[in-house]
Amino acid sequence: MDAIYAVLEFLLPFEFIDYTFMKNALLAILLITPIFAILGTMIVNNKMAFFSDALGHSALTGIAIGMLLGISNINISMIIFAVVFALLLNFIKNKTTYGADTIISVFSSIAIALGLAILAQTGSFNKYSSYLVGDILSITPSEILYLFITFIAVILFWYFMFNKLNVISINKTLAKSRGINTKLIDNIFVILIAVIVMISIRWIGILLINSLLILPAAASRNVAKSMRSYHLLSVIFSVFSGITGLILSYYWNIPTGPMIVIISGIIYFVTFVIGKLGTGSNFLNWEKRDRSPFKKITKRRYRSYD
Amino acid sequence: MKEANACGLHCTKINNISVNISGQEILKNVSIHVHCGQLTVIIGRNGAGKSTLLKAILGEVEHTGNIVFTDMKDNKTKKIKIGFVPQKINVERHMPTTVYDLFASCISDIPVFLRKDKKLYKEIKEQLGLFGAEELIDKSIGELSGGELQRVLLAMATKPIPNLLILDEPVSGIDENGTREFYKILQDLKSKYDMSIILVSHDFELTKQYADKVILLDKEVIKEGTPEQVFNSLEFKCRFGQI
Repeated sequence: MDAIYAVLEFLLPFEFIDYTFMKNALLAILLITPIFAILGTMIVNNKMAFFSDALGHSALTGIAIGMLLGISNINISMIIFAVVFALLLNFIKNKTTYGADTIISVFSSIAIALGLAILAQTGSFNKYSSYLVGDILSITPSEILYLFITFIAVILFWYFMFNKLNVISINKTLAKSRGINTKLIDNIFVILIAVIVMISIRWIGILLINSLLILPAAASRNVAKSMRSYHLLSVIFSVFSGITGLILSYYWNIPTGPMIVIISGIIYFVTFVIGKLGTGSNFLNWEKRDRSPFKKITKRRYRSYD
Repeated sequence: MKEANACGLHCTKINNISVNISGQEILKNVSIHVHCGQLTVIIGRNGAGKSTLLKAILGEVEHTGNIVFTDMKDNKTKKIKIGFVPQKINVERHMPTTVYDLFASCISDIPVFLRKDKKLYKEIKEQLGLFGAEELIDKSIGELSGGELQRVLLAMATKPIPNLLILDEPVSGIDENGTREFYKILQDLKSKYDMSIILVSHDFELTKQYADKVILLDKEVIKEGTPEQVFNSLEFKCRFGQI
């Protein structure tokens, strides 16, 4: 860890980086934001924004049920509950022809109410109310390690399964005809979302976690023209708003989570306007045009064949 | 696409397919035999279970009964390769998915979000070229017209060449010329490549002209035979009136 700190201090010769909590927060953001960005691309494509929102809200219920059952590690009870909740929602969503958003809303409100009721009854609501907004500045190195493990898991899943996930999202029957196990992959995807949301909820907060999943991908979708630009821009927007949000929150004395979301929000509206103007989309479409502002970044990996 | 010899020696038997969804009987004992080099057209009213039958064949909905693919040369049952053209796909106008992205996702494991694979790109372009859709490769799938999308989906379904090609014809979005063109392509496919084709159709005129066999479906197989036999039958007239 000391070696990483030294590298950070060397790379960023600024005042804020002198504090260990800022270094930890920066590392956490560098891990959280890219995974949120790439998971977000599919969440937005599949119109699952409400689904991930409901999942975030179930965090308190997980804690409450864990307390009732006497599980001392709240992380574990949160994750287990979220995974079960996610699989249940997914199952019902696939079974019913009834509007999925209504079903999700029903389950999510029951889950929140149950969580709040139990926590209030046992008198521990105040202890966990910090989960609502989150506090990234209190993250510890061992927790960064958990984030790192999840980071690797998401990258691996995305690398090996993304194509299949993409076909499923376009048309399930088409995916089935290609021999893709649609149910399995769909379930792994929602489990991953559940785990990553629960692991990061203490740092981001229940109220804001969904915006971090949705905003970068939604902003990228405003201007992106292919899966490559969609992912790249989503990651750039996410990491950029994460880092700037952290730095600005330090200097302006604003909570980090909201600051990150405000910046993502601004990016969303800027890309929205650029997308609507139309000219902007060509400007960002480096696969068709040679003179691209991203030429340097894209030169190596995103080479054009046209 | 390599050309295979049309031999008429492959047959696909769809045996006794029944589907129940939450207590409701959607399909009852549907059995269909298709031979290679034949176009079998399924017709039926809305809600007759046509799309469900295709989903059952592809294993998406739970069903009883089975699908057996036999090579009659050596009388062995083999694992069947099915190509599928869906009726509609999940697209929106401004979608960051290009034709390449969709096609590559279907036929390859090279993640499409990382890079365009040069070899794959060429392969896909060639395959699209067979259906006159070469220039669409970098277009967003949300910007394709109904006819263009259908050609792209058909190009995908026939790579690799399947034993059985299943198509769910779109109800709208394609003009008359486009539909005629589509039937001609199917005609070509079935004669050139040793392919059995099952098509769910809404166009009786073209069905009459191109189908080798017609199946009238309404929860079960009501009538099957040549286009003349089915279209002149009482069962057909009961459901669709005189055409």
